[in-house]
Amino acid sequence: MTNHYIDFRNADVILNMGGNVAENHPVSFKWIQAAKDKGATFIHVDPRFTRTSTKADIFVRLRSGTDIAFLGGMIKYILDNNLYDEFYVKNYTNASFIVNPKFSFEDGLFSGYDPTKRAYDKSTWTFERDENGIPKRDMTLQDPRCVFQLLKKHYSRYTLQKVSEITGTPMADLEKVYKAYASTGTPDKAGTVLYAMGWTQHTVGVQNIRAMAIVQDLLGNMGIAGGGINALRGESNVQGSTDHGLLFHILPGYLPTPRAQWPTLADYNKTTPQTKDPRSVNWWRHRPKYIVSFLKSMFGDKATKENDFGYNWLPKLDPTQDASWLNLFDEMYKGTFTGFFAWGMNPACSSANAGKVRQALAKLDWMVNVNVFDSETAEFWRGPGMDPKKVKTEVFQLPCAAFMEKEGSISNSGRWMQWRYKAANPPGEARPDGDIIYELFKKVKTLYEKEKGAFPEPILNLKWDYETNGHFDVHKVAKEINGYDLTTGKLVPNFVSLKDDGTTSCGNWLYSASYTESGNMAARRGKSDPTGLGLYPEWAWCWPLNRRIIYNRASVDLEGNPRNPKRPLLKWDPVAKKWIGDVPDNAVPPMGTNGAYPFIMKPDGVASIFGPGLADGPFPEHYEPLECPIEKNLLSSQRINPVVKIFEGGPDTFATCDPRYPFVCTTYRVTEHWQTGVLTRWLPWLIEAEPQVFCEISVELAKLRGIKNGDRVVVETPRGKIEAVAIVTSRLKPFNIAGQTVHLIGLPWHFGWLHPKDGGESANLLTPTIGDPNTMIPESKAFMANVKKLAVAPAKKQTKS
Amino acid sequence: MKVTRRDFLKISGVTAAGAVISGLGFDLSPVESYAQQLRIKGAKETTSICCYCSVGCGLIIHTDSNGKVINAEGDPDHPINEGSLCAKGAASYQIANNPNRLQKVRYRAPYSTSWKEVSWEWALEKIAANIKKSRDASFIEKNAQGQVVNRTNGIASVGSAAMDNEECWLYQKFLRALGIVYIEHQARI
Repeated sequence: MTNHYIDFRNADVILNMGGNVAENHPVSFKWIQAAKDKGATFIHVDPRFTRTSTKADIFVRLRSGTDIAFLGGMIKYILDNNLYDEFYVKNYTNASFIVNPKFSFEDGLFSGYDPTKRAYDKSTWTFERDENGIPKRDMTLQDPRCVFQLLKKHYSRYTLQKVSEITGTPMADLEKVYKAYASTGTPDKAGTVLYAMGWTQHTVGVQNIRAMAIVQDLLGNMGIAGGGINALRGESNVQGSTDHGLLFHILPGYLPTPRAQWPTLADYNKTTPQTKDPRSVNWWRHRPKYIVSFLKSMFGDKATKENDFGYNWLPKLDPTQDASWLNLFDEMYKGTFTGFFAWGMNPACSSANAGKVRQALAKLDWMVNVNVFDSETAEFWRGPGMDPKKVKTEVFQLPCAAFMEKEGSISNSGRWMQWRYKAANPPGEARPDGDIIYELFKKVKTLYEKEKGAFPEPILNLKWDYETNGHFDVHKVAKEINGYDLTTGKLVPNFVSLKDDGTTSCGNWLYSASYTESGNMAARRGKSDPTGLGLYPEWAWCWPLNRRIIYNRASVDLEGNPRNPKRPLLKWDPVAKKWIGDVPDNAVPPMGTNGAYPFIMKPDGVASIFGPGLADGPFPEHYEPLECPIEKNLLSSQRINPVVKIFEGGPDTFATCDPRYPFVCTTYRVTEHWQTGVLTRWLPWLIEAEPQVFCEISVELAKLRGIKNGDRVVVETPRGKIEAVAIVTSRLKPFNIAGQTVHLIGLPWHFGWLHPKDGGESANLLTPTIGDPNTMIPESKAFMANVKKLAVAPAKKQTKS
Repeated sequence: MKVTRRDFLKISGVTAAGAVISGLGFDLSPVESYAQQLRIKGAKETTSICCYCSVGCGLIIHTDSNGKVINAEGDPDHPINEGSLCAKGAASYQIANNPNRLQKVRYRAPYSTSWKEVSWEWALEKIAANIKKSRDASFIEKNAQGQVVNRTNGIASVGSAAMDNEECWLYQKFLRALGIVYIEHQARI
């Protein structure tokens, strides 16, 4: 999130799209309600009518997978009716930048497309620059090649009628939403968007969010109280686990992982974002300090200037290698790996095309699964269709402590790092994850000390001194993450102190300032609220630097005065020469005095309406999901995203516009369960409340298929089929897509064969192996399926031996 | 006057004649709070944060004199949830207090049809030996183009957003020291 949960109350219009906040982030709804109580408008746009919709002032439906069409129509509406925030657009975005004359867009393709590679040469997606390397601008926004005019041209095709044909949303409903949301384009109004997996789990996931970012940029809603782009993430610490680099492409603090084409630290540092514009802060220019300080936290005294601080000891990806989830399991399926850790995860149910994952697990020599409760992953070898006598995989199931049985911090979606204390001992022989990792590495190190082996240096030189009295000490790691001044041995106050000469260490620069000589900031419980905006600067701590709303200098005018005097987030005091309010982003004087732009993490210093960094284009464009109900994209000849990677063969099959799979299907969550249900299906209260898989079906479709409420049905895709109880409901309605009736069905994905016995299987047995070209997040929210009444009583299920 | 639930408990504990009258026409509140007090009377309070979604609601975990978790409720002082919880958060004490919890290290040998309970020491040593065997067999110092890569293609990892920040950081350190590049977790899906 750019903002945070309590900040919802500061909004005048709240749009929940690609999510179901009332059911999946229930307590946060109190801040939506607080906004509504003050007169805010709450809009829900979703394929399904949910408990969120019941609380919405405006609820409209769209067909799953058509959000870009919907939002493209909103962009056109804002531009056609001059509802954008002109000052903001001119000063704080790249709307005035002149684009390379060779850039073009035609029939669904941007310039530079290579169909054989299914990839773009992005060399024309650039700005024209002057002799000093600074982007050329037309502050009147009239130049036909400026971003603003190209944006207008791009979305001129997204007419109400066209959008309605694609999305199935009636034109009057579209206008209702557009009008309400666009009302936040004045400085005294704030609009915020709350999204979740309903936007990310698509082959156009990143561009869904980009489309909304463009809307927010046009309306001046970024960097202000009550605004922002707010991802309501699915797990209590998925923000922290991302921040700390548990992904193939990033080290802690979003430093890129090293690649083979950067053999030395100097080569790596050549990729540091550059700017020639003195008005751009370009904070990423400090990256060399962060990577060296990170290497010092990894290798301690063994990291020296002479050995490139141990850079050579970090593994390198091949130049264009993508080791993300779907590719990982594809490699596992092909037999690439002998060993596998499924640590606090249940991929046998959580992965798209889970049937493929289950087969892949059988190709391993060994697997370690760490969890609080038993799972379908640990037990895959005796799951449905498996013969244990034919499964070679050696499995270690390690019992771990639950959250209240250990001490440590987690980070919520608002970037708040909050400390938790230990309330009880773990049961039996269960241990905290940290203790397990700590002890396991010591065993590995001992083996390499004794027996040598392949490239032992990173193992033997790893700094691994996080124990007190022989036990793992989480505070020592928390301090390592914050970082030290190695010359004084003191904790650094924040990342501004970090250096690239090896005299500082820091495990994650973004978390520097979280645990300083003043103490553990994440454990704070102060309730002061000096701005009155609910920032609570002394409650816990948030990255970066306890800044509660990112890009907050976009909330002020060129002199540093709040553009919205009703909700002043930041104000420049010209006498004291300092900012008052939130922690400023960053502490440079107002733009009118020294001219520094507010978007300090962007190389050009401004928000990107034209976003040249993505794989699939600088402007979001509507493409159909991999599996869709219509044969032609109504906007271009490109049916699907032209740069997605297609997995084909073996368990990877798909079917589009196939009469065998005529219905749009989507997966979702319920309040009483969480993820694959490992932490909820074993809890008596929760499993009683939601005991089994169901499939929601509209009254119209039920009639068509002869299905009654409560009937057992089979839902089937080319990947697999699962049984479910039919819920026939008026919450779902058929869509009119370009004159054709399209039905939607949906089912929750929290279940699995292991427990409870009659709870049903994972909905991910149905979902395809296909991902967004930028993130490779699977498309679990829009695929095609069939549903039919179960003809005969289900065969007696195999019981656990 | 704003009365938090905690203040209310304090008030109702002192003056039995509470002023809150329910729709039934008689005062239920002191009885309710007395019943709740019985359950957590003498219990130790520990603050925590809910483990489920990403809102980050504050919890108070109650443990009895034997150190057993007996209750979880919303932390009334927490600025986000102000004492409230959803169905999952309210049920969270059942994670700790649950007969189905994994309590032993279990091992399933190749082609075996069952689990066997093993000791931590045995399991960690065997896993460490497996890591070394897989890593040594698959380690590549240079790729097909001759570029230095110093990685193992033989081991992959997924997880975990269910760990604390410090554990996540420690885990990435462990994985990268081994040379693993197939590092993924919940954030990708």
